[in-house]
Amino acid sequence: MKILVCIKQVPDMESKFKVAASGTWYDDSDLAWRMNEYDEYAIEQAVQLKEQVGDSDLTVLCIGPQRVKETMKKALAMGCDRGLHVADDNSHQKDPFEIASMIAEFARNKGFDLIFTGMQSQDRGSAQVGVLVAELLNLPSISTIVDFTFAGGRVSAKRELEGGLKARVSCATPALVTCQLGLNTPRYPTLPNIMKAKKKELLSVEVSELLKVEARQETGKIYFPEKKAGGLVLEGDVNDLADQLIQILKDKTAVLA
Amino acid sequence: MKTLLVAEYRDGKLSGSTYELVDFARKLGADSAMFLVGSDSTLPQYDGTLYLADSGKHSEFNPAVHKQLLLDVIAKEEPDMVVFSHSSYGWDLAPRVALALGAAHVSEVVEIVDGVPVVPVCNSKLRREVRVKTAQTVVSLQSGAFGLSSDPVGSPRVGKIDSNAATQVVFGGYEEAEAGGVDLSKAEIIVSAGRGIGKPENLAMVEGLAKALKGEYGASRPVVDSEWADHSRQVGTTGQTVSPKLYVACGISGAIQHLAGMKKSEFVIAINTDKDAPIGEIADVLAVADLKQLVPILTEKLSA
Ligand SMILES: Cc1cc2nc3c(=O)[nH]c(=O)nc-3n(C[C@H](O)[C@H](O)[C@H](O)COP(=O)(O)OP(=O)(O)OC[C@H]3O[C@@H](n4cnc5c(N)ncnc54)[C@H](O)[C@@H]3O)c2cc1C
Ligand SMILES: Nc1ncnc2c1ncn2[C@@H]1O[C@H](COP(=O)(O)O)[C@@H](O)[C@H]1O
Repeated sequence: MKILVCIKQVPDMESKFKVAASGTWYDDSDLAWRMNEYDEYAIEQAVQLKEQVGDSDLTVLCIGPQRVKETMKKALAMGCDRGLHVADDNSHQKDPFEIASMIAEFARNKGFDLIFTGMQSQDRGSAQVGVLVAELLNLPSISTIVDFTFAGGRVSAKRELEGGLKARVSCATPALVTCQLGLNTPRYPTLPNIMKAKKKELLSVEVSELLKVEARQETGKIYFPEKKAGGLVLEGDVNDLADQLIQILKDKTAVLA
Repeated sequence: MKTLLVAEYRDGKLSGSTYELVDFARKLGADSAMFLVGSDSTLPQYDGTLYLADSGKHSEFNPAVHKQLLLDVIAKEEPDMVVFSHSSYGWDLAPRVALALGAAHVSEVVEIVDGVPVVPVCNSKLRREVRVKTAQTVVSLQSGAFGLSSDPVGSPRVGKIDSNAATQVVFGGYEEAEAGGVDLSKAEIIVSAGRGIGKPENLAMVEGLAKALKGEYGASRPVVDSEWADHSRQVGTTGQTVSPKLYVACGISGAIQHLAGMKKSEFVIAINTDKDAPIGEIADVLAVADLKQLVPILTEKLSA
């Protein structure tokens, strides 16, 4: 069985963001980078599937600058067999259609039985790339899954809807699924697996080899939203903070009455 | 400008977000028509043309078939903009339709400024203006972002539609969330724990503060996904919607899906180490502090 999992590297969301000089993206110096949270679930599910079917080959793909290879190494240490890095220093400027087209271009005619992506990326959050890849490859796709089983050439999954409701759905493979938070419990790479991962194949190709389409949208500008008017920010010693909060509860709410 | 609004239907009911689409079109001053795979027994209150496919035949969820139904209507109506809710139905169907149209799809739109859609970036810490390069546009709207300025009225002119497109993904029914647990929707005071609690043992702290305030404790999704708290405690789009007199968010960043569940709270206190956490946008008070220090002291002082 051939499996593909697509991952993205994103900044730690607790970082102090600054708008870049270009005004169209965040400044990417001084940020801590990690794997898109949703993609950790995608990798875990792909690795579990690989363990289930035995004879299989699992490729992890990531589009981005050199630094994304660090995140790819984590994917290899979690159990992916090989990595394909699409080297692109300007991946942050690519729209979801371009990113999806590159992934589809790579995956076309390679015989992947299953493709896993995250449901959305934490920085851009378009929730489009996975579904677009499937449509470009003419494959059935199931988005936002919180449960996955594979048996008899079919995927059975649960899609998460609003308010705790789920939908049971199934489709034949080849297929693509997009993974939602809580789908499984992503494993931590162990030290022996981190060592083993160093010997795994991690190829790079240039973005120009896969990019054959033009963007359908672009960023005009990026900026900080306004804070709620009148919102109070308290800082300082925790003892004082506790006293201030209690005073506020007394003055502004009826809960301590 | 002409818009086509994609209404939603689930479990035999029209979804409330459908009316947000109507309001959106009105705010843009655009003409609209509506598309729905549903039933003529529960029609939307809408003063316009409704293209209606039967959910009995086409299922409430069937991406390939709904896509074809919608593309047929788009070919006929030629809208400038196709409008979805950014919901589990919308984010699944919109990219398929946009791709088939060769149109840009802008997702999770929170605002339109001078005709330009604005979307959140990085867990809502930043905003992004999107320039669309195609003539036709597909947008999906963040739920609640455009609100409802008036009650829905009218009855639609219904045009029945049908398709024989092949099914790819088979829908096998719904599964309800497990019943039981707490009903947070009635709680007047809620203290919620987020990933910032760090480890499951620290949930007790948050629970302690909730007790001292005579309220219930709630949780954000990662706390529930990690099985540190029961799903009935989860606040947000895929958990409960709450509207207490007081909501205290401890170590919660304020992702859109969490805010959607608690922004109707009367008074919000956030305790967070990150001064720029998006929860600050809606909090009445943001205490910049380590919850592991502040929460126990606060609990002690309240109990004294
Ligand atoms: C379709 C969909 C549905 C979703 N539904 C829900 C939902 O119903 N409910 C929900 O909550 N989420 C939901 N989510 C997930 C949501 O997007 C966020 O991932 C989630 O809300 C983040 O939870 P958090 O704020 O606890 O964690 P994080 O975003 O990781 O934030 C942790 C916060 O804790 C702070 N912190 C860290 N350490 C400390 C400390 N010692 N003291 C004080 N503060 C500290 C950090 O600064 C940070 O702000 C959904 C996502 C999707 C895509
Ligand atoms: N640069 C990228 N490289 C590889 N996969 C990506 C990239 N960007 C997005 N993806 C995949 O597409 C999913 C959805 O991303 P998005 O549409 O940006 O929200 C992510 O969870 C990844 O699985």
